[in-house]
Amino acid sequence: MRHHRTLLLAGLLLAAGAAQAQKSAADGIAEYRALLADGNPAELFEAKGEDLWKQKRGPKSASLERCDLGKGPGVVKGVFVELPRWFADTQKVQDLESRLLTCMSSLQGFDPKAIADTAFGKGEQVTLEALAAWISGESRGQRMNLPQAHAEEQRMYQLGKRAFYFRGGPMDFSCASCHGEEGKRIRMQDLPILSKNPGDGVGFAAWPAYRVSSGEMWSMQRRLNDCFRQQRFPFPGYASDVTVALGVYMGVNAKGAVSVAPALKR
Amino acid sequence: MADPMRIRAQAAGDKATVRILMAHEMETGLRKDTAGKTIPAWYINEVAASLNGKPVFSAEWGPSVSKNPFLQFNIKGAKAGDKISVTWTDNKGDKRTDEAAVS
Repeated sequence: MRHHRTLLLAGLLLAAGAAQAQKSAADGIAEYRALLADGNPAELFEAKGEDLWKQKRGPKSASLERCDLGKGPGVVKGVFVELPRWFADTQKVQDLESRLLTCMSSLQGFDPKAIADTAFGKGEQVTLEALAAWISGESRGQRMNLPQAHAEEQRMYQLGKRAFYFRGGPMDFSCASCHGEEGKRIRMQDLPILSKNPGDGVGFAAWPAYRVSSGEMWSMQRRLNDCFRQQRFPFPGYASDVTVALGVYMGVNAKGAVSVAPALKR
Repeated sequence: MADPMRIRAQAAGDKATVRILMAHEMETGLRKDTAGKTIPAWYINEVAASLNGKPVFSAEWGPSVSKNPFLQFNIKGAKAGDKISVTWTDNKGDKRTDEAAVS
């Protein structure tokens, strides 16, 4: 009898072992993120961004504290979840980074084209990364709520949709090839569906993010740029219309999703 | 000039948990740049912490620690209001000290 019980116990242990082995790669990654969440180095970039916002910089030696990100000059809290949006002064729909470029040129006197042409992680691009980290962090926990009242915002949504489904390049890829249906992944990473709301803190609501593998802060512009690279598309141009349009498309689709940016990525 | 650390210290019971994020490149000296040239080693090799001026923690680090490292440890007997000071020194002799109060 006793012997039997031992066997039964061994059987149970085996079953438990098998169940553990079935833990998916996604669970493993989620666990890893939870472990690191306490010490997300994105915080370092947030602190730097806040400092850069207040610092007098550029040829005009001015701070960005008069920069209008959509809720009036100097308002930072809550702007991130409503971008990209229409701006009357530039007569354009702008995302966070293209708007920051506008402010850096109009308030501080930087040359926006020179910054847009700078490689990621170099020169003033480092400033933009930090600013994007801080500004997105000031809307942490809020729900994505992009405006769609202006005709230009609606047009950009349609443009973004077209860009999302546009197939091309040597692989005949579109964004939708990877982000248009359930269960797609790149290596071990599950990919979010971006043609609908992928859920809280996923997809558009999770960038900018700190990437542990490269130790870099990635903004939405850099994220998109890398998606273009993976599709073997030409570089879309920093803060170009197509990147803003894709932002509008993903952002409007993600309406109601809680923003966790700046997030932590493997 | 190195960027500031982020130090959080929270007292619970008879100890305080200290969490530190340091901004540092932590180059191993083994990587090569796009031109194929070796990137020189540049990493934190000493970390020391003190509580109200009294040393409570010291560590010797090497190139295997990640970029922008995170460090967590407990201090016995630390109370709210106590001052924690953390200093790192890297292999180039650069130093950075930041302080925080236990909450």
